[in-house]
Amino acid sequence: MTTRREFVAMLLGAPFAYACRGPERATPTGTLLEPGMARAHAAIRDGVVPVPATWREVGVAIIGGGVAGLAAAWELRRRGVTDAIVFELDDVTGGTARGGASIVTPYPWGAHYIVAPQAEQTELTALLGEMGAIEGHTGDGTPVVDEALRCREPEERVWHLGRWWEGLYLDAGANAEDHAHLTAFRREVDRWSGWRDGQGRRAFSIPRSRGSDDPEVTALDRISFATWLDQRKLTSPRLRWLADYACRDDYALTAATTSAWAGLFYFAARQRGPGIAAQTVITWPNGNGALVAQLAKSATIEHGLAAVDITDAGAIIAVGPQGPIGIRARSVIVATPSFVANRIVASRRGTSLGTADYGAWVVANVHLRERPIERGHGAPPAWDNVFRDSPSLGYVCATHQRGRDRGPTVWTWYYPFSDADPTAVRKRLAGAGHGEWAETVVTDLERAHPDVRRLVDHIDVAFWGHGMIRPRVGATCSPERIARLAPHGRVHFAHTDLSGLALFEEAFDHGLRAAREVLA
Amino acid sequence: MFVVAICGLVYELLAGTLGSYLLGDSVTQFSLVIGLYLSAMGVGAWLSRRLDGNLARRFLEIELAVAVVGGVSAPVLFLSFGTVVHFQAVLLGFVAAIGVLVGLELPILMRLLEGQVEFKDLISRVLTFDYIGALAASLMFPLVLVPKLGLVRSSLAMGCANAGVALWGTWLLRERLGKSVVGMRIRAVLVLLGLATGVAMADYFTTWAEDEMYADPVVFTETTPYQRIVVTRGRAGFQLFLNGNLQFSSADEYRYHEALVHPAMAAADAPPKKVLILGGGDGLALREVLEHHEVEAVTLVDLDPAMTNLSKRFPPLAELNHHSFSDPRVTVINDDAMVWLDQHPGIWDTIIVDFPDPNTFALGKLYTRLFYKRVAAHLSPAGAAVVQATSPLFARKSYWCIVETMRAAGLSVHPYQVTVPAFGVWGYVLARRGSFDPPTKTPPLKLRFLNDEALVAMFDFPVDMKPVPVEINQLDNQALVRYYEREWRKWE
Repeated sequence: MTTRREFVAMLLGAPFAYACRGPERATPTGTLLEPGMARAHAAIRDGVVPVPATWREVGVAIIGGGVAGLAAAWELRRRGVTDAIVFELDDVTGGTARGGASIVTPYPWGAHYIVAPQAEQTELTALLGEMGAIEGHTGDGTPVVDEALRCREPEERVWHLGRWWEGLYLDAGANAEDHAHLTAFRREVDRWSGWRDGQGRRAFSIPRSRGSDDPEVTALDRISFATWLDQRKLTSPRLRWLADYACRDDYALTAATTSAWAGLFYFAARQRGPGIAAQTVITWPNGNGALVAQLAKSATIEHGLAAVDITDAGAIIAVGPQGPIGIRARSVIVATPSFVANRIVASRRGTSLGTADYGAWVVANVHLRERPIERGHGAPPAWDNVFRDSPSLGYVCATHQRGRDRGPTVWTWYYPFSDADPTAVRKRLAGAGHGEWAETVVTDLERAHPDVRRLVDHIDVAFWGHGMIRPRVGATCSPERIARLAPHGRVHFAHTDLSGLALFEEAFDHGLRAAREVLA
Repeated sequence: MFVVAICGLVYELLAGTLGSYLLGDSVTQFSLVIGLYLSAMGVGAWLSRRLDGNLARRFLEIELAVAVVGGVSAPVLFLSFGTVVHFQAVLLGFVAAIGVLVGLELPILMRLLEGQVEFKDLISRVLTFDYIGALAASLMFPLVLVPKLGLVRSSLAMGCANAGVALWGTWLLRERLGKSVVGMRIRAVLVLLGLATGVAMADYFTTWAEDEMYADPVVFTETTPYQRIVVTRGRAGFQLFLNGNLQFSSADEYRYHEALVHPAMAAADAPPKKVLILGGGDGLALREVLEHHEVEAVTLVDLDPAMTNLSKRFPPLAELNHHSFSDPRVTVINDDAMVWLDQHPGIWDTIIVDFPDPNTFALGKLYTRLFYKRVAAHLSPAGAAVVQATSPLFARKSYWCIVETMRAAGLSVHPYQVTVPAFGVWGYVLARRGSFDPPTKTPPLKLRFLNDEALVAMFDFPVDMKPVPVEINQLDNQALVRYYEREWRKWE
């Protein structure tokens, strides 16, 4: 918007004054973060295990301060264990669920929502209860989450053909066939949400450990989501876009590369039964950073130590700022990604248990001085704002949930590397500096917000090289995945990638399981 | 000649109109403007003796000067009203400048035609055109210019007409202009282009659509980051519109605001001392609250600083709200009420919730169960809150959705309604934290609308406004915005 002063300057015949307003096309400044990467690579890649001069004793050593590690610490504390210590390499905890904050608002750096818990998710409900986030329970025991956290309408909108449309599924212009395919797809999802195996377990459950391993379900892991849709002749481009978007959004894959098991999990697991609306999404301005902060409250955390060698007997050699140190633990919980566990746990080196595929992500926090002008009669600003024709996932508005709809804000922009080989991608990106990323972000936002560039204060970019485990065809129901769960002596494993899916609820569940194993 | 006469009078009418609209007190403004204008014309006529040399050139130069000063007068006045402290001085300065220039026109024109026409014909022709032109102007101004073009475009269009006359004059007077004809023409074209650009850019002040949309002339507009503020002025007083939606008409707003404020004040156990107003940036609810002398402190939270500043500084509005923003008991906070309530502690004896109707998601959040829970948390157990709740007749589901949502937030509620001619039947909800009976006694104030009988009658609902089953409005469903959209569409 032109201010009065600018307007008057223009009127006074001063195109000169207008031109002097500054470099309109300049790329915004900011910083590029690569969380944990440099230290991790320095500590682990050398391959030489140093000899520590001193040793210390620890009750339970938890390696990794992401959600799984913090959840393990939280569960141990709840069960009376007071001598657990979380060792986190990075300066901040939370892993890809961490949040950040500016003077304007807190904002996410990665995962930014969870699905409201169902009745059986008692631990997650307890965690939310600690946060004062549970209002009560419905008749069937389902917890009612605080209204302030239930994602505020409008939840999503999609940019297509020069305007915003309400929702994620593009309903405008859909023909009878599109509607028929959507209905047929919803019926399939309904069917799966009502499916129960011989033991009464659901086909898809959050977390998946409560779900069924019946062959009828696991067979879905052998084909791609796209193939599964093809088999049902669900070819509507609108539906296929939605399926692709879901896969890119949750898995950094496309429908063609995602396992049909994972594709259906996305839709069916958050539905309590046939005909029941999906569980509402709950979110905080700093995304899952709020959950991380609550988990971390009661935990003892030490930063800056990188574990490089762990024996099954519980002897850990770690490298810190003061050189190598030895830690003897009664129990160890390795709450790192499996590919890291495979390097640092002596008995897992050389096995193929950590060869799963990880997707790279770029998350950019766009700090805006003011909101861009909303043009025309399109759908109003939503929490999640998606560009239909962009390889990005769009952006989430950090101030939406609190209800601050004007003035400065932070938009969190997500870009999954869904199709390229991660190794090649990582190589290509090694050279990409902040400027290239910031320019990419602004150009992407300019699709829908032509005036956004001059409103940007700065853009901070995070590159998550191994951002999330990817549920490719055959990866989520493999015997290998089960084998990764098994403890090695005093060493237990906890990480979301053990589910083959990157979700807060999965990481949380593995943390709880590992804690229970330690106590058993 | 005719055009020149029309333009001259139109500028005067414009200045008078803007003055009376923006500053109020139309008799004073109009007589000031007319008096100054006529005397300035006298000054112009007197000064005309001193002008010599190429009279044709002088005449065209004056014509262009009138075009520029007159043409930009309304836009500049519009702009300066929001930013200049001594607006009256700017207004009268323009009137004087145009008056002097127009005063120069006739004598120079007569001298120009001297010798070509006999004196008796000359004086008769010139004055005839001038006086009949005045009639044409006085008819065109209210019938065509203001309703079709709006004030800003009218002024610029008249400037264009003046410049057009000057350009035409370069042909009529080309022999007497001599060498300067080309230069004169270029200047005329430049002025014409400049003013025409102005017409094209007049959307900055008021859009064509706005001038067409509002029944009365638009006298003030401002686009803030939050909303479009428009004030119109007509026979029945003035009206405030936010994003095209009528907020009040000065003719009958007392009904709306008395009904909003006094029942809530009367429903408290003791005379309220601390009052919180959420929304209500026009200061009219504030005016009613300040009538209660027991009130010690009022906090008013309104999103838009431009709105509260306008209410404090825009003379007709400040008069209407009895300069309530200058009362030492008042604290103004410009913030989103939802966020502010969440972040600031404090207990109030009375809370008055006066937001625009829930026609967007951004407004819809201010009608959610979550919002009312926050209101309840800031309300004294001995006090009452009131919510303006749209029309129970035009938007029945919307109204009852607000009532039920407040109930779901744990409040005890009594719905009531009143007729406000500018709006139709209007609904409110009175609430307390514990169960209570609606008040039956009006406070001992000099009120224009409310008395004990009217107060009691408001809590009755005729058959066509009785409760209907509705969903509760929550942050994650925004049921109310969808009801509201559907219901009001029928009436548009």
